[in-house]
Amino acid sequence: MRLSRWQPFGSLWNELQQLQREMNRVFERWGEDGGRLLGLTPSYPPLNVWEENENVFVEAELPGLNLNDLEIYVTGGNQLTIKGERKQPEVPKAVWHRQERGFGTFSRSLTLPFPVDPDKVDARFENGVLLIKLAKHESAKPRKISVKAE
Amino acid sequence: MAEMTSVPQKGRAEAAAPESTRGGNYYTPQVDICETDRELILYADLPGVKPEDVDLRYERGELLLHGRVSRRPAAGSPFLLQEYGTGDFYRVFSIHESIDSSKISAECKNGVLTVHLPKMEALQPRQIQVRGT
Repeated sequence: MRLSRWQPFGSLWNELQQLQREMNRVFERWGEDGGRLLGLTPSYPPLNVWEENENVFVEAELPGLNLNDLEIYVTGGNQLTIKGERKQPEVPKAVWHRQERGFGTFSRSLTLPFPVDPDKVDARFENGVLLIKLAKHESAKPRKISVKAE
Repeated sequence: MAEMTSVPQKGRAEAAAPESTRGGNYYTPQVDICETDRELILYADLPGVKPEDVDLRYERGELLLHGRVSRRPAAGSPFLLQEYGTGDFYRVFSIHESIDSSKISAECKNGVLTVHLPKMEALQPRQIQVRGT
């Protein structure tokens, strides 16, 4: 007997999958630009998040800012909010030929995949890159379960 | 007056770069350029670039900017969320204005490079005193 995958919609299903693959390809291509080329408003600032043992790291590129220009909150156990303002330098009697950099106030909230300890948040700013280190909350840490033999 | 052109403006994900021996991506930094009576000022966002890792040169009317980004600690761990890539910055500007290349100065602070390109003395406007007789 021949086994085949159940395909409820036959060729329509195949076409939908094809479309999905195409769309993924398009979004992957423009993904790093935050969708700006598709006319979407990207969230600012873009973030990279990774975990390492018992910490979560959140990194953002914020050139021209200082830690003093930023407010960082942790609320509700796993909500991280970064707020700030980027000001344009003032040059008297200047004619602007090119303005690609963005300025103004911003606020970005992120739901972390696990609760963090709000007392153990460490933020550093180096060369325009913000790095926030958050310690996972006790309840989110892996626990070793001892197995007893009878 | 001073028309400045550069590599076509592209999103950060697009590489605009010379051949590299280091591998990895190159990104086009976002810049602002303004002009006053005395100079052109260029601001470039170079997040993650230390001042000593900026390579800036002016040759035959072109300003070449290369910012090296040191690898960040993220390299080993998988990302839970990745919204931007990291890599060196590279961009070339042609400057059709008579710049006094010996007086170009630059500083880099908090990931922003500021380049001052003073115009030739002969092109700078001069205030002429008008005396009554």
